[in-house]
Amino acid sequence: MPAAPATDPPLLEIRDLRVHFRTPAGVFEAVGGIDLDLTPGEVLGLVGESGSGKSVAMKAVLGLLPPQARVTGQIRFRGRDLLTLPEREMRRLRGGRIAMVFQDPLTAFNPVVTIGDQIGEMLWLHDRALSRRQLRARTEELLALVSIPEPGRRIGAYPHEFSGGMRQRAMIAMALANDPELLIADEPTTALDVTVQAQILDVLRGLQARLGIGLVLVTHDLGVVAGMAREIAVMYAGRIVEAAPVDDLFAAPRHPYTRGLIGAVPRPDGGGRGPLVAIEGSPPGLTERLSGCAFAPRCPLAAARCTAERPALRALGSGRAACHFAGAPAPAAAEAAR
Amino acid sequence: MISGTRPLRLRPPAFLGARLPLAIGLGVILFWVLAALTVQFWPLDPPLDMVGRRLKPPSAEHWLGTDALGRDVLSRTLHGARFSIPIAVVVVAAAVALGGFLGAIAGFFGGLLGAAIMRLVDVTLAFPPILLAMAVAASLGPGLENAAIAMIVVWWPLYARLVRAQVLEVREREHVEAAVAAGAGPMRVLLRHVLPLCWTPVLVNATMDFGQVVLLAASLSFIGLGATPPTPEWGAMISDGAKYFYHWWIAFGPGMAILIVVLGFNFAGDGLRDLLDPRTE
Repeated sequence: MPAAPATDPPLLEIRDLRVHFRTPAGVFEAVGGIDLDLTPGEVLGLVGESGSGKSVAMKAVLGLLPPQARVTGQIRFRGRDLLTLPEREMRRLRGGRIAMVFQDPLTAFNPVVTIGDQIGEMLWLHDRALSRRQLRARTEELLALVSIPEPGRRIGAYPHEFSGGMRQRAMIAMALANDPELLIADEPTTALDVTVQAQILDVLRGLQARLGIGLVLVTHDLGVVAGMAREIAVMYAGRIVEAAPVDDLFAAPRHPYTRGLIGAVPRPDGGGRGPLVAIEGSPPGLTERLSGCAFAPRCPLAAARCTAERPALRALGSGRAACHFAGAPAPAAAEAAR
Repeated sequence: MISGTRPLRLRPPAFLGARLPLAIGLGVILFWVLAALTVQFWPLDPPLDMVGRRLKPPSAEHWLGTDALGRDVLSRTLHGARFSIPIAVVVVAAAVALGGFLGAIAGFFGGLLGAAIMRLVDVTLAFPPILLAMAVAASLGPGLENAAIAMIVVWWPLYARLVRAQVLEVREREHVEAAVAAGAGPMRVLLRHVLPLCWTPVLVNATMDFGQVVLLAASLSFIGLGATPPTPEWGAMISDGAKYFYHWWIAFGPGMAILIVVLGFNFAGDGLRDLLDPRTE
């Protein structure tokens, strides 16, 4: 990723983040050393399949991983390394300056507490001086912010009384409660209907731009980030395989996995690169991380070198890619592989 | 669901339907709780006074007969509620509070403390409950208070185990992670976002355990470790009656009382479970 100008210090700087899980069966690497940067007010798309480590990496930012996870590297938020921060200060950041939108708004709300009380709790946790009336007023304001009709009446509703789309709006309202500088949205639309997905993305995009929040949008759907993110990082098997500004990534994907992902997205005009192409095989599990390129077994370009030597993430044009053949343009690379 | 225009029928009303056991159970419970609270004002013979001839069989005057000292068995049986019901409430409440607290700590924080708590639970549950209760009660001496303490010692591990299992399940839910992500501290997460979702099985078990405690309290009194004569406690009364084999009615009254109370609480517990957990049949 290009270095941020000195006047615009990064909001979030992740350096060589690694997450290992200790289990009775051994130690497994879920995130294998990733670097990410986010400048204030920007949107970063973090794309990958289930199990690619994208959610784990973001949970590491908030310190939400279970105790058996070992997190190393650096996660600097406004220059402060979150991994060395005492729990007390982390607690103040969570839900305060760093907030998270969860994937499934049905399970992410406490089913026995009203929506209003849960948003109120979020506010109260970060400002104990707020009165009951102030909490209520601010909660209504937040619900109105995400276009929930009749916020005064909905404030006393339980999560199951909301529709999926309304729940996710309420979840966004809750995340925005304390004016966060960094918002991590972990698959915010995955659990929703397609029509509702568009609404939620609209809400998220509008508020992100209006409030100038730095947003990390985690998703497995390239279509979701295409219209929102300025930068996209593609993760595979715990590593970033390609990162680039969004236009460059779609125009000239350098990693065969990225090309596979783009080829697998349906296009409304039916055009593009012919029929939809699925990526053969499935990603390696946590227990079967390879010594070479993790994508090699599924890669159309794979050569002997790929299984022997793990390609480093290197700067290429406006972005970075981790492929031995990424330097050459796609067709030539395919040629070279044969 | 209750319609005013429908003719009165002898069937249970439709809204009770599948909830009939719950209604019966709650009815029984209500009766005995009322008895426990107000029996001294009922038009009964005093439970300790000799009101008739000794060992009289049931009659219009003494519905359940009289015992060896000429006391009215029905009156004594109803007065028994004043001992059995409060003791059940105290024992179950204390067991839920103590076991729930320790189980929640063990489930939520785990670690060395959690392991220590659960080993203590294992050790306690390794004893047959009646034996352990007898041992504790005997070492404390006779008396209902000591019997209650003995029963709390026996009972809390069940709730510790139950609550721990629930907490282990609930704490993995996403809303708990969301609460942490909102900046809530561990105690707050436990008290507000975990425990309120754990109470259903606790409530069902507690309801059934009321009956079990009544039974165990009577058992302790029967063998002389609980209430002492002349207290009209059911177990002690059965113990009295057991000496008069051909005068069956002396033990019949308190025996039926125990049966009805245990059945009532079991019905209520079953009904509550059906009501609260639609997944079980």
